[in-house]
Amino acid sequence: MSVIGHVAVNVFKESVRDKVLYNLVAFAVLLISVSYLIGQLTAGQDVKIIKDLGLASISLFGLLIAVFIGIGLVWKEVEKKSIYTLLSKPMRRQEFLLGKYCGLVLTLIINVSVMTLAFYAVLAYMEVTSPVNIRASWPAPATDLNLLKAIALIMIELMLVTAIALFFSTFSSPFLSAMLTVGVWVIGHFNQDLRDFGATISSPIAASVARGINYVVPNFAAFDVKLQVVHAQRVPFTDIALTTLYGIAYAGFVLLGAVIVFSKRDFK
Amino acid sequence: MKVHPGAWVALVALFAVVVGLQVLQARQRPLGLPPGVSANMLYVRSPQFMQRAALSFDALVADIYWIRTVQHYGGTKLSRDPNKQFDMLYPLLDLTVSLDPYFDVAYKFGSVFLAEQFPLGASRPDQAIAILQKGLRATPDNWERAQQVGFVYYWWRVDYEAAGNWFNRAADMTNAPNWLRPLAAVTLAQGGNRATSRTLWMEIARNADADWLRDQAKFRLTQLDAMDGIEFIEGIVQQYRARTGKLPSSWEDLVRAGFLRRVPDDPSGKPYRLDASTGKVTLDPGSSLNPLPDPAHRL
Repeated sequence: MSVIGHVAVNVFKESVRDKVLYNLVAFAVLLISVSYLIGQLTAGQDVKIIKDLGLASISLFGLLIAVFIGIGLVWKEVEKKSIYTLLSKPMRRQEFLLGKYCGLVLTLIINVSVMTLAFYAVLAYMEVTSPVNIRASWPAPATDLNLLKAIALIMIELMLVTAIALFFSTFSSPFLSAMLTVGVWVIGHFNQDLRDFGATISSPIAASVARGINYVVPNFAAFDVKLQVVHAQRVPFTDIALTTLYGIAYAGFVLLGAVIVFSKRDFK
Repeated sequence: MKVHPGAWVALVALFAVVVGLQVLQARQRPLGLPPGVSANMLYVRSPQFMQRAALSFDALVADIYWIRTVQHYGGTKLSRDPNKQFDMLYPLLDLTVSLDPYFDVAYKFGSVFLAEQFPLGASRPDQAIAILQKGLRATPDNWERAQQVGFVYYWWRVDYEAAGNWFNRAADMTNAPNWLRPLAAVTLAQGGNRATSRTLWMEIARNADADWLRDQAKFRLTQLDAMDGIEFIEGIVQQYRARTGKLPSSWEDLVRAGFLRRVPDDPSGKPYRLDASTGKVTLDPGSSLNPLPDPAHRL
């Protein structure tokens, strides 16, 4: 196994030791209890709400893991001073960093996969237990495979968030890294507003700056097709492919930046 | 480190105190409000703000507002407060459909309960139309939205020309059912009639995925059945008059003459009332089907 692979597997084992996978229990309990409560709270729309909740939970749990584990990946090694031991081994800094990244992405993939299975299990139960006339009013079957499109894009989004968290953690404290990562994630949802800024202000320079920022800041809104898949709206494959390519390219760019910063960092 | 046994006792005691205080608080009488002032609160009313604040969780936030809408409607409908009002129905539905423009049931619910007369709804057909038109802007080829706008004009605005035009517009849209075009033609030519009304309410009952909506449609269909019943019995009264030369003084006259087997009941089980001086048949004041649709409907 390559050096990156060894580091990645260790990160995954560490996340298991740190009980990160406990979130899966929380996810399952949340989904099952809410699917029961929803029937009491709202007239109809149970499946839509379960789908919305399931997808939002996969996204939110993944985001929390990506941010709060991502920011500690490098910092913990520095804090424990184990970074000196690690870097004295035949391992390049970029291998260490990319291994950390791949390890957290592996944790996220396993997390998201298990959450997806639990999600589909709840939906399958609803499909089986719902009367025919109720099922007929759904725009798509409860276990619609198109939901996987949204989950795939959530995963790509999480890969990008992990890269950003790792980037900030190479030069700042965990608290600051978390704030910066969440900040970038939030700003990444306002791309449309940045693009339309010119319509609300008179200064052409400010409008151009806002438009420029719109192209630079990661466009996290592009990864969100949850609403469309839940309502069985068409999500073209080309859109998914383009967004996936964008996410991978952006994550690669941020990781490269992280490698450069980390390579220049003085640990003496 | 060993935990002092007293700490456990203190923990349990403090927990009991917290729960006890909460029970006391719950028993406190809520502070009263001046008459006419709504106790309903909605912190955010701007859909634009909420769309941004929800980030990528807009669908989930829409669900939360939808649940609040249902709770608000149900709570207000069941409330015995003389000042009760459906003042939150429009802002809640507006937030719901702004966050999730495909939220089909919110439009169906809104088009009926915003327009329905108080105490069944908010008596605001204008708001019902506004919500539906917002939906049409989001999905311009959705025939159901256009048909629902037509229905609000038809039933609550009693504007048959606008209703017929909206039905026509709906019929032009993709996947529109073939019954819409004749419906539009009949509405434009004849205005309101019971068969058209029945078609529209049956469509709501068939497609409703919210219990209240289905129940409301069934209620309206039962009212139309009652109106059929009234018309039929009034015909019998006229037959009696033609044979005897006078109006029946009571149901018993009609039963004795063999026109009826027994005193007729409306679909809710209450006996119809006969006005001996005019021969008009009406619902019993205690019937749950009251009030029947406004005579302006010409049904």
